[in-house]
Amino acid sequence: MTEATENMSDKRKGLMFLSGNEAVARGAWEAGVKVATSYPGTPATEILEALGGYPEVDCEWSVNEKVALEVAAGASMAGVRALASMKQVGVNVAADPLFSTAYTGVNGGLVIVTADEPGLHSSQNEQDNRYYAKAAEIPMLEPTDSQECLEFVKIAFDISEQYDIPVFVRLTTRICHSKSVVRPGKRFEPTRKQYVKQARKFSMVPSNAVQRHFDLERRLTRLEALANTFEHNAHEMRSLEVGVVTSGISYRNVREALPDFSVCKIAMTWPFPGQFVRNFASQVKKLYVVEENMPFLEEEIAALGIPVEGKQQLLRVGELSATTLRRRILHVSPGQKGPVEGLPPRPPQFCPGCSHRGIFYMLGKKKFVVSGDIGCYGLASLPPYNAMDSLICMGASITMAHGFNKVSDPNDRAVAVIGDSTFVHSGLTGIANLVYNGGVTAVIVLDNGVTAMTGHQPNPASTWKLGGKPGDMPKPTLDIEAVCRAMGVEDVTVVDAYDMAAVDRAIEGRKSSGRPAVIIVRGPCTMVDRRRRGAYMVSGDCVRCRTCFKLGCPAISVEEDAVAILEFLCTGCGICAQVCPKKAIRKACDSFPDKGKAAAGEDESPADKVK
Amino acid sequence: MKDRPVINIFFAGVGGQGIILASDIVAELAFRAGFDVKKNEIHGLSQRGGSVTSQVRYGGKVQTPVIMEGDAHFLVGLEMLEALRWAHMVRPDGRIILNRHRILPAPAVLGEAEYPADAAETLAEYAATLVVPAFETASEMGDVRMANSVLLGALSAFLPDFSADDWTAVLSENLKPGTLRANLEAFDRGRKFASDAADKGKAV
Repeated sequence: MTEATENMSDKRKGLMFLSGNEAVARGAWEAGVKVATSYPGTPATEILEALGGYPEVDCEWSVNEKVALEVAAGASMAGVRALASMKQVGVNVAADPLFSTAYTGVNGGLVIVTADEPGLHSSQNEQDNRYYAKAAEIPMLEPTDSQECLEFVKIAFDISEQYDIPVFVRLTTRICHSKSVVRPGKRFEPTRKQYVKQARKFSMVPSNAVQRHFDLERRLTRLEALANTFEHNAHEMRSLEVGVVTSGISYRNVREALPDFSVCKIAMTWPFPGQFVRNFASQVKKLYVVEENMPFLEEEIAALGIPVEGKQQLLRVGELSATTLRRRILHVSPGQKGPVEGLPPRPPQFCPGCSHRGIFYMLGKKKFVVSGDIGCYGLASLPPYNAMDSLICMGASITMAHGFNKVSDPNDRAVAVIGDSTFVHSGLTGIANLVYNGGVTAVIVLDNGVTAMTGHQPNPASTWKLGGKPGDMPKPTLDIEAVCRAMGVEDVTVVDAYDMAAVDRAIEGRKSSGRPAVIIVRGPCTMVDRRRRGAYMVSGDCVRCRTCFKLGCPAISVEEDAVAILEFLCTGCGICAQVCPKKAIRKACDSFPDKGKAAAGEDESPADKVK
Repeated sequence: MKDRPVINIFFAGVGGQGIILASDIVAELAFRAGFDVKKNEIHGLSQRGGSVTSQVRYGGKVQTPVIMEGDAHFLVGLEMLEALRWAHMVRPDGRIILNRHRILPAPAVLGEAEYPADAAETLAEYAATLVVPAFETASEMGDVRMANSVLLGALSAFLPDFSADDWTAVLSENLKPGTLRANLEAFDRGRKFASDAADKGKAV
């Protein structure tokens, strides 16, 4: 763990104050995990970042979640404990190995952490991954706070080895990103299990797989018995008028909102502990289920023939806060007035100096159909950019544009826009498909050399690895330009993200050229490359045409009805100066301490080059 | 300690204002004092200049990390519009500590929406509101990033569980050594401002 946390632990008799993600990492470390893999994704990202602080663990940012799970499964087969963590939609990517590793089982323990997002704070959907546990027939544990995150990960490794099966630990955003008090333990060093060749266990050709499926069903029967006696499932008996079956963060919200109700706390959600719930139900007059998103527990209870209420009162959409539970179940409103009405929203924007700003300004201006992808640049869907028509999942920009363009006139063709990390995650296959099938799509790769939206993790297009820092390597291990050429794209071009004239030239014509093209728009993430190039200012030539407002730059504001650039936010990227039709935006040289350097051209911005 | 009622503190601001560090400091203070503590915030897209909130709850036993509407003892507004957006979180008998500072949201810059003119008056309809010139104080001191220290100082005047020394200890470990002395001064100014205001009955 970090130094700060260790210091803190001294101050309170060995206790720590950890987020759910940090506690998962701590639990995995205590369980003796040797290999940990992940692909960055909110709200799961910090699990691997925290594990990266433990020298005993071999951690890697894999290029996607399928790869992450397969790497972990390989380490497990070799005989060590391994963990793969990912956000909820990452499990879709990893679903292929997931279903078959349930058949093969494990050698060293294998734990998969899924971090779901009720309320979709930073996701494209609210899928409920409890159904993956049921569909893949693997057990699932659901902690309710950081202490349980730590404990349940350790238990998950034990179950994995005792029952020869991968085990899910399911978190949700409020578990991942809430800190609470944790009592840590010591690391257990498991002896590495011997690897013995067992093709009938690990090689899933049909004749082997069918035997492993029979075996999986036998393992599940034993796991169901475990679920019904699992020590962390609990009956908490209070008033017997109403009993609530719940799990995860909902347990904490029920305890807050409905403190007098009896509670059946489910820590092991799958296999469903039917007998345990039936015993609880028989003691209370009325049975409720409180669960976010889908009626997973409710369906299992109803299937037992037990009368139960849940989604009649509670929505499938969004989180179920204690406030919501009091409102919907107790019909009690907060003792305060409702929210102030009519307030202007505060939509997020590209950061000042962001290398994505120029290209999306240009795409919006040209009114291109833009097939988008997952990353910070999803913001381009929103005003004032309005420069993204679709966004569904990692890598879909290229493939959806290819499909769209099969039936579009040359002038109406879509262009694909994808970031470097997403390109490596799921874009490479789209390029191969595009070239092989004679596609005509122009693909714009936004290369800022980092997985930015999740907090600046490195990927193969970066110059560092987990635990390192930018610039550790002279160049990225993956050369996007060379890869595209090698896959058969003849028209590959690279432009400076801050050179608007060059960006314009690069995209003009390629949309309708009739052959695949890749345009790499290159510029650093301004949150990683903190160099500043001297602020700009608005001169008296400004005619308030508001063109610069279309850039959606937080540094461009209004002060006393005049357009103004906020010096403390301006990075000096110069894009506004290039789009200003009156050339009224100029470098505020006087306020720039390094103006000598700028004049000497060392820190010259593309705006100056254009002039 | 086990029976101590839970105190709820809700922070509202704009991405980039340093809300996470400010709430981390309060949570750590409560943790060291021996309370059960839960702290929650939402990461992700909200970091890109959007609305950001963070919540700290401490007491004998804390269940959910998320404060119920109308149940925050303190609403600390790092920015006025964001304080308004979350005004319904504060208890009627709670207290709002407001940084007198505006950051225009994009729709206001574009002229599509008006920034609310009477934030403090509206907030006072929800709970007693102390308007703190944190941004101005920090500007005078030469670095607007110290505004949060001024606000934490103001908050500290209303939290008898923690002494000024407790605060100094936690601030010292969480702030960069180079900026520490100035931040501690900013904290003191905020603490004094709130104490004086409370004495004069201004914040009631």
